Amino acid sequence: MLVVEGVHTFYGHIEALKGVDLEVKPGEIVTLIGANGAGKSTLLMTVCGTPQAQSGRIVFDGQDITRLPTHQIMRSGIAQAPEGRRIFPRMTLLENLQMGALAADPAHFSEDLERVFAFFPILKERQTQRGGTLSGGEQQMLTIARSLMSRPRLLLLDEPSLGLAPMIVRQIFKIIREINERTGTTILLVEQNAYHALRLAHRGYVMVTGAITLTGSGAELLANREVRAAYLEGGH
Amino acid sequence: MAAIGAGAERQLSFGEMIRDAAAVALVALGLALPLVGFQTVDRGAGMILETRFGAMFYAVGVIFVGRFVLGLIDAGRGRPILAASGAFSAAWVLNAIFDVAPPIEHVTLGWLTWLVAMTIALRAWFVLRRGARPAGRDGTRAGALPAVWLERVGRLVVPAALTFAVVMPFLPFADQRLVDLGILVLTYTMLGWGLNVVVGLAGLLDLGYVAFYAVGAYSYALISINLGLNFWETLPFAGAVAAFFGVALGFPVLRLRGDYLAIVTLGFGEMIRLILLNWDDLSNGAKGIGDIPRPSFFGLQFTAAPREGVAAFHEYFDLDFSPIHRVIYLYYIILILALLTNWFTLRIRKLPIGRAWEALREDEIACRALGINPTTTKLTAFAIGATFGGFAGSFFATRQGFISPESFNFIESAIILAIVVLGGMGSQLGVVVASVVLIGGPEWFRDLGTFRMVAFGALMVAVMIWRPQGLLAHRDPTVRLPAAPGRPP
Ligand SMILES: Nc1ncnc2c1ncn2[C@@H]1O[C@H](COP(=O)(O)OP(=O)(O)OP(=O)(O)O)[C@@H](O)[C@H]1O
Ligand SMILES: [Mg+2]
Repeated sequence: MLVVEGVHTFYGHIEALKGVDLEVKPGEIVTLIGANGAGKSTLLMTVCGTPQAQSGRIVFDGQDITRLPTHQIMRSGIAQAPEGRRIFPRMTLLENLQMGALAADPAHFSEDLERVFAFFPILKERQTQRGGTLSGGEQQMLTIARSLMSRPRLLLLDEPSLGLAPMIVRQIFKIIREINERTGTTILLVEQNAYHALRLAHRGYVMVTGAITLTGSGAELLANREVRAAYLEGGH
Repeated sequence: MAAIGAGAERQLSFGEMIRDAAAVALVALGLALPLVGFQTVDRGAGMILETRFGAMFYAVGVIFVGRFVLGLIDAGRGRPILAASGAFSAAWVLNAIFDVAPPIEHVTLGWLTWLVAMTIALRAWFVLRRGARPAGRDGTRAGALPAVWLERVGRLVVPAALTFAVVMPFLPFADQRLVDLGILVLTYTMLGWGLNVVVGLAGLLDLGYVAFYAVGAYSYALISINLGLNFWETLPFAGAVAAFFGVALGFPVLRLRGDYLAIVTLGFGEMIRLILLNWDDLSNGAKGIGDIPRPSFFGLQFTAAPREGVAAFHEYFDLDFSPIHRVIYLYYIILILALLTNWFTLRIRKLPIGRAWEALREDEIACRALGINPTTTKLTAFAIGATFGGFAGSFFATRQGFISPESFNFIESAIILAIVVLGGMGSQLGVVVASVVLIGGPEWFRDLGTFRMVAFGALMVAVMIWRPQGLLAHRDPTVRLPAAPGRPP
């Protein structure tokens, strides 16, 4: 579904991605883990086209999207819940969801709204509240919900558990699995919370300073000694 | 203790305060040297350069003292300073009222002194009252009145204001001066609403909005004179030309935000004015364009002695000729144009493009991630804002019958922006309130004579102190809860 081949991305003259290869197959949950600054967010952003890859290829559903402008990529069936929530603080929750649906057929709106509220019942109660006054967890849920409103076939999630209480983290991961199972949405998940994320994933990748160093099924990576030492020790 | 509330900020020592004030004074000196220090005077034979170093040093001195005293207030010495500056400003006013010889001959410097004293007094009072709260305020909550309260008032105020606006010219106290003032207020309301699209909704700080006003006015004048079209026929063309200029400005500034955007748009505004001033063949330069066709009421002229074969308004309706007929007609034209602007803005806010503007103001990266094209979104905001500016400019041209680059100075941009900011960015009702206050205010203060602008300035300072987010900072959601679950909003 998504194929990333030898992608190099630069910020100025800093090479943030040094030839990344990665594949996500239809219906999968793929988790990408790595230390801070490894380039995980950069990879997701490169798939979305800001910044664009300097070299290499990104193919989505058979179409080469490497050079497409961001707004076109985001209308071709990919949605992203960006790192750090990035909801619209002065708009109400409902308006935020409407923004997510801009790229979608307006005829689906109410149906999609119900579907999203089924995943996140708490959001339904807070429709008229302004985004900026929601709690951190609610904002995170809103970010995911908003990205679902465009009916994506591929959902990119950047650290959905960032800064959330363990209870809420577990809840969020449960919902991600539900989204994948119930709607068949393919998911590429970037996470610091390696244990939960790998347990959830069908497959996983480990990224170190701009390159993929390890890959395997979620269970394999969880059992891997290096992964355990670098990303799991001390937790859980 | 007032000083306790000053929070995490470290208190400046006495020496640091002096140094800080000196630095500010130095900047002021840099600005004042070219602006105040030198003056060109026209002496018949030619221009002579005169120096006004006395005035310049006085101004810089006042700024030094003012800054230093502000520092003292923040350091918790507010009480004596309030007393001193309050007494000083009061004495100054009494002095003016009883017409004692002013302590400073120079009128502008007198004002400056008074304004500084007044600002210091207000600041001291404010700091004392609020326990020295620092100026930074939370963007999402501060300044907004309770939404419910606003909504309730809004439901009453809007129809009342609208009714008043419609019947105003026929009220017993409405003389020509008042209707003229009404026209002025409505023109600025319309300009405010137009700029609100760019600044308030899309969040693009535009300091050159007057350019579109000018483009609209000149297009109107040139088209109606050369092609002989009437007001309503010319209007779309003038709007289209302004929209074109809006896009032309939009393209180069697409990647700029905030301060940088402000500077470029400022330059753009000046550029248009200078082009109009110097392109004699097109715009007749500084002499301006006169004899611009006045609007007619379905072909009926508003003149005492119409041309052969043309009916005049007063003859047709069997009235005595009065110049107020035209003024009232103009009043209704601008009322309609302004209401159209408002209606359009309110509608478009609920459409995808309008929502994209607001989203762009809040977070451009998130917008991209949602498939919004920032380029077209920004360009449409510029184009639509410019179109309304162009309409207002056309109205201005037909109302005045004469236009020249003089009318399109930077100060106009500043006033329009002040209306938007003072009203509370993005608030349509706020724009109305602000233009009534800003445009109508100076007229009401006319009785104060030379102190008019001072009182006006003090009023603005006061508003910015008490309502830093603008008079009506409340943002209305564009969707309410769907009445029944599952219904599209
Ligand atoms: N806009 C930018 N300009 C310059 N350098 C950047 C920019 N964004 C990211 N970088 C650099 O690129 C590298 C990769 O950053 P990235 O945000 O992709 O890391 P990450 O793996 O998502 O880290 P984290 O887990 O902390 O979110 C870092 O060294 C970072 O400093
Ligand atoms: Mg990251």
